[in-house]
Amino acid sequence: MMIPIRALAILAALCAAGIGALAAEIPAGERRSAYDSMSRETRAMQDDDTANPATLWVLDGETLWTAKAGDARKSCADCHGDAAQSMKGVAARYPAFDAARGTVVDLEQRINLCRSERQKAKPLAFESHDLLALTAYVGRQSRGLPIAPDETALAATIEAGRRIFHRRQGQLNLACTQCHDDNWDRQLAGSVIGQGHPTGYPIYRMEWQSLGSLQRRLRNCMVGMRAEPYAFGSPEFVALEAFLMWRARGMKLETPAVRP
Amino acid sequence: MARALINVPRKAKRGDIIEIKTLISHVMETGYRTTQTGQVIPRDIITLFTCDYDGEEIFRAELHPAISANPFITFHTVATASGTLTFRWTGDNGYSVTETATIAVE
Repeated sequence: MMIPIRALAILAALCAAGIGALAAEIPAGERRSAYDSMSRETRAMQDDDTANPATLWVLDGETLWTAKAGDARKSCADCHGDAAQSMKGVAARYPAFDAARGTVVDLEQRINLCRSERQKAKPLAFESHDLLALTAYVGRQSRGLPIAPDETALAATIEAGRRIFHRRQGQLNLACTQCHDDNWDRQLAGSVIGQGHPTGYPIYRMEWQSLGSLQRRLRNCMVGMRAEPYAFGSPEFVALEAFLMWRARGMKLETPAVRP
Repeated sequence: MARALINVPRKAKRGDIIEIKTLISHVMETGYRTTQTGQVIPRDIITLFTCDYDGEEIFRAELHPAISANPFITFHTVATASGTLTFRWTGDNGYSVTETATIAVE
């Protein structure tokens, strides 16, 4: 019985700390990537492509980029050519508004739309190796560029994401903002609370021993606050992604990042 | 898709201590995990990694179930002569991958 009570006390303290200052946005000058709070060894791993395990996925993505797929027997490269040029900056402005459908789609959904519409191939499952590989490869082309979502086209979606970010949910009755806006310089148990900026997705997370998407990471947080996670590809997750990217606007993309 | 990443300096002076970094994609399934229905997931790991420098073994590592997926192994050696480094990973289910890298020693 001791451990749950202690855990509750910590959470109660955390909630109390959050009530006073109501969710002020982090000023641009104080925005920090989780990279800054990583150990020297983990940073070295991310910085060196031959030590960054995510490179394995990027290389597979490069192969997939030129592989013909689907009934159309087309590869990504047949339409988009050299990814180093055509995909430069793309990941920095996703999720993006898809005019043809009238909805906002994230990068994974965009890749799958291309697959089903242009390649006439089956969409790839969320978190499958191939989808992560393609996303990592496309994302890699924007490394070092500032995150720049289209604020006008995404206005409604960003607003929807903001509401989710500030809404208390789950059995612990927590909102994202309570940790990531109000207590980002503190610790939760042994871990530093990050500001929650999606600067390096898909990331190689050592806890996962694998590459994973932003939505997988968000599910992690939701399970932690004992809330029912949204389904992969749901409008709620896309709205959260859009809000988080807007919240991190101007920060440099690190894709594919390494996180503990 | 089995892939290995190897980082060996292209050039070195004779007698220099050089760092060699290797990374290989592998699930490293421990053999201790079970599925949701209780069946044991069979062990699938790399058990041995060796590095030869011009045919002479300079580094050997035995790997066990506690090693994480995509093992990253780095070590140092002395650059003695221009030649080929051969890296070999062997493991369960007949797993065997060989990669080579060359180094020029002045």
